Amino acid sequence: MSACRDEDPRIHGIKTKIRVVPNFPKPGVEARGFIFGPPIALAIGAKFVPLRKPRKLPGQVISEEYILEYGRDCLEMHVGAVEPGERALVVDDLIATGGTLCAAMNLLECVGAEVVECACLIELPELKGRGRLKGKPLYVLVEYQ
Amino acid sequence: MFAAENGLRGDPRLQAISEAIRVVPHFPKPGIMFQDITTLLLDPKAFKDTVDIFVDRYRDMGISVVAGVEARGFMFGPSIALAIGAKFVPLRKPRKLPGEVISEAYVLEYGTDCLEMHVGAVQPGERSLIIDDLVATGGTLSAAIRLLERVGAEVVECACVVGLPEAKGQRRLNGTPLYILVEPREIENCY
Repeated sequence: MSACRDEDPRIHGIKTKIRVVPNFPKPGVEARGFIFGPPIALAIGAKFVPLRKPRKLPGQVISEEYILEYGRDCLEMHVGAVEPGERALVVDDLIATGGTLCAAMNLLECVGAEVVECACLIELPELKGRGRLKGKPLYVLVEYQ
Repeated sequence: MFAAENGLRGDPRLQAISEAIRVVPHFPKPGIMFQDITTLLLDPKAFKDTVDIFVDRYRDMGISVVAGVEARGFMFGPSIALAIGAKFVPLRKPRKLPGEVISEAYVLEYGTDCLEMHVGAVQPGERSLIIDDLVATGGTLSAAIRLLERVGAEVVECACVVGLPEAKGQRRLNGTPLYILVEPREIENCY
């Protein structure tokens, strides 16, 4: 589902503020999800759980490896941050192939949480990430073809 | 300066915030008692109180820029920015920001590191707040201050949730005021 298709008048203002930078590699998005996730968590009274690249989280972690275009990467979450049965939202700035979001969902499901939805500001539909989310819904604000 | 010395002495929110921060011994290396704010983020009330204390302090200071230091500064900065109607500007490690950047090097215990900001994100004369989760020596924050001052912004204050002993007694960093919510808890409280 895309907010843009519902023609919410705020979407145009959001879309025109996103700058497209040609030919820049996408290094790992762990930090940009931290920009949007916490305000959402605060507003809905939920916990915020950072999912991070290896060796950033100080306590005991569980890890999920995922495939990149060239090679692999890994996402980690603190043990005990999420309890079984909790309903979770996964937030990132952008979905491309969906590999990172899929790894995030796996981490949450591994500890018994229920992933309700994935939410991103931007979708790159040509990369078909939406179909890699194990049947879970994806909500985006803008699409870039 | 610590919040308790600046009008919030005895404020019960500060104790709850302090107790919500987990101490992880010997991370990232032996001898370091790491102040882990991720447990604060798991406590919606304490997290909200943290943001509210900063928002209450900064909302009437004419601040138009909140600059957050990667990555844990990103967990606090945007909420503060939204609440006070300011821009959020990420200050990042090298090669993360895609557009044209300015860079500022700073000294680590061994070697140097670098902080970057997008050109054009901040205009000359803007009043800014810098936020990070923790201040130790102040090296990173000093680099952040230099970045903002290089583009002609005025840094009103640096704000952190936790201030390590090295930062204690420092009311200012290079002349910029420093505002800290809590000190690290004693070792016997960690788990």
